[in-house]
Amino acid sequence: MPAARVVFSVIGLGIGALMLLPLIWLMLRAFEADLATVQSLILRPRTRMLLWNTGLLVLCTLALATAMALPLAWLVSRTDLRGRRLVNILAVIPLATPGYVMAYALIGLSGNFGFMNQVFGFTIPRLQGLWGATLALALYTFPYIYLNLRAAFAGLDQSLEEAARALGASPREVFFRVTLPHLMPALMAGWLVVGLYVIGDFGAVALMRYEVFSYAIYIQFSAAFDRVYAAWLALMLIAIALSVVWWESRLREGAHFARTGSGTGIGRRRVALSPPGQILGWGFVALVVLAAIGLPIAVLSFWMIRLDDLPAILPALLRAFSQSLSVAAPSALLAAAMALPVAVLAVRYPSPLSTFINRLAFIGYAVPALAFALAFVFFSLNAARFLYQTHLLLVTVYALSFLALALGPIRSALYQARPSVEEAARALGHGPLSVFARVTLPTIRPGVVAGMVLVFVIAMKELPIAFLLAPTGFRPLSITMFSRTSEGMLMDAAPYAAAIMVFSALFVGFVLRHDKKSE
Amino acid sequence: MKLLRNSILALTAFTAAPALADITLYSGRGEPLVAPIIAAFTAETGIRVNVRYAGTAELAILLQEEGDASPADLYWAQDATALGAVAARMMTLPDALVASVPAAYRDTENRWVATSGRGRIIARATDRVDEADLPASLLDLTAPEWNGRVVWAPTNGSLHGHLTAMRAVMGEDATRDFLQAFIANNPIAVRNNTAIVQAILDGEGDIGLTNNYYVSRALSRATDAPIAQALFDDGDIGNLLLVAAIGIPQSSANGEDAMKFIEFLLSPKAQQFFVSDVQEFEVVPGSTIAPGGMLSMEQVLTAAPEIDLNTLTDLEGTLQMLRDLGVL
Repeated sequence: MPAARVVFSVIGLGIGALMLLPLIWLMLRAFEADLATVQSLILRPRTRMLLWNTGLLVLCTLALATAMALPLAWLVSRTDLRGRRLVNILAVIPLATPGYVMAYALIGLSGNFGFMNQVFGFTIPRLQGLWGATLALALYTFPYIYLNLRAAFAGLDQSLEEAARALGASPREVFFRVTLPHLMPALMAGWLVVGLYVIGDFGAVALMRYEVFSYAIYIQFSAAFDRVYAAWLALMLIAIALSVVWWESRLREGAHFARTGSGTGIGRRRVALSPPGQILGWGFVALVVLAAIGLPIAVLSFWMIRLDDLPAILPALLRAFSQSLSVAAPSALLAAAMALPVAVLAVRYPSPLSTFINRLAFIGYAVPALAFALAFVFFSLNAARFLYQTHLLLVTVYALSFLALALGPIRSALYQARPSVEEAARALGHGPLSVFARVTLPTIRPGVVAGMVLVFVIAMKELPIAFLLAPTGFRPLSITMFSRTSEGMLMDAAPYAAAIMVFSALFVGFVLRHDKKSE
Repeated sequence: MKLLRNSILALTAFTAAPALADITLYSGRGEPLVAPIIAAFTAETGIRVNVRYAGTAELAILLQEEGDASPADLYWAQDATALGAVAARMMTLPDALVASVPAAYRDTENRWVATSGRGRIIARATDRVDEADLPASLLDLTAPEWNGRVVWAPTNGSLHGHLTAMRAVMGEDATRDFLQAFIANNPIAVRNNTAIVQAILDGEGDIGLTNNYYVSRALSRATDAPIAQALFDDGDIGNLLLVAAIGIPQSSANGEDAMKFIEFLLSPKAQQFFVSDVQEFEVVPGSTIAPGGMLSMEQVLTAAPEIDLNTLTDLEGTLQMLRDLGVL
């Protein structure tokens, strides 16, 4: 067995252990209580209510997000809508507004001092509960579904639809019996990403005061005397997330959508929209853009203008920014460092072990953030005291949680790097580790950088993990913005929300650039 | 290779940065209220304070959970009840340090001492609720006319203190019955006292259960804000004089600096800050000269039922009750 493979496998298993170990402490904590207590906690009506609410929120968010993403993807991929390129960019930009910032924008609309009353002279009630949370989450997450659908539309062979038409199916039937089934894998991949995000979201549901599992975990953590119920809620939340992952993979299994005939598919043809069709299409685009981009910008500017003393706030804002930075930067480096051996194993040394290690690497992504963070609280308190309340712990948990994000681009880059160059280096007398450092690493550098950027930007705006694991005195942008908003101090929260949005815009630029490359 | 080396260097530099502070303070009191006085302490003594701001109950639980390994040198709670709950973990403060505070405002064994007082009051939106229409008693808030109109903060330390006092005075069952009816009346739950005042100003709710200085502060920022505060009838359980309190965990390795912090909080300078800036009440009699907010300590003391703060230690029971009622 090559030395490099052994080294990477050991590192990979170590990372896997780091993912799993804390979850054991979470379970230990959960089973600390006697059976009767556990039963009364799990079976209390509140748990049922949380389950119901969580399920409802996932369904509503997916429905609304799909209702926005599907027409947009169709318009861009299948019609001759004017300015499709612009629409394509507009459909991705909403990713710049994290759920809790979108919730801030929606809340900032309402109330006597809110945007609507001050600008238009009528007060709207505060958006909250299921609808508030659904709106905040769907307006932010629909681009994930859009991107998946657009790729699926591009890959779909239109001759299938034409055959169905020729066999006498109506356009409606063609859509539901041919097009939609072929879009399903992409749709489900998008739903999985969004579903996991919704299950794990904490900021938007907390600001919208909608009681789902993650919000309940936070309440238990912050105001209940024992943490057994919090541990149980976290376990239940993990179970929900894992069942979503399982469900998605089961539905995908056994589906066959590839062409089996010989020859190539026909070229892409676009539906010619009539002038009213163009107007209708752009009307829809305008509606989505107004809600997802216009709204947060308008509300944020409204509150920013009201800030009377911006220079006085700047030092605090800079401090929060640098604190976010002090964790996000090392997290990105650590995540990339962890992703490298895992990716090399997957690409260069495929084996059941490397598959296993790659599965482990996704745990941090699938486990909802609050539950993951809670597990690390228990773990560090009881088993790794030196890590407790340290920056190092927060950085490590970020790296583990976002490892999957770094893994993607690094793995793709490795697939594209030719092994023959590495073999030549071996033939010239370099050891496997030397080859990795001097040949492989420089070749896949763009992928590594891409992975780091992704993790960095996500970590800059991360909220739930920071909330539970913040070292004493650590007040990054996200926490400051969230606490001000939840205290109703929308004006004081505005500069922090703006900083987060500006920063997230970088992320969108990055996504768009990659999107262009992949086209 | 260079990338990797730089990465490792940067990683070490960022994560190894030591916390540049001399004492660690767990503060259940909000940052906007106390950050200025902490800064003043550092300016005067040169002792740097690392502050962990979080919920009062959350920090009490954290102290329990951390046990002897807690990094905290001080625990400053929004309400004395939370300190009562963890009193066994607190060191006895020297008499000389706390003697200036009347015995009613400190632990019988000096394991905590009050830093400032406040009245529990009812806040009202002046454009929607007339003073004459306010309920005579806290217990009247279960009436149908207040359905969906009352704002409260069920995860907040001051409310936990208030409920603990109610359990001590009215008994377990009566408090539970009241709470149940109160919750059935659809109160609007928000995160903390600032949010209560904001919700009333924003028109989300019409009246709210909070501490006097939150309303005073809103009015000192905008004198025409449509909000006012009132007490219930004399002797009503809705009127209480509660105190914010502080103590030093036995596990603290920086006891001396921590005591300097307490000494500072009880100094005329800090007491004056609480009275004139935060608009609370002094706990060191005669230490302040400038008057505070619109409500005086005497008014609250006259209106409040008599309660021994030292008996209010069962925070756990209160939180359990809130959990049983489905609030937590």
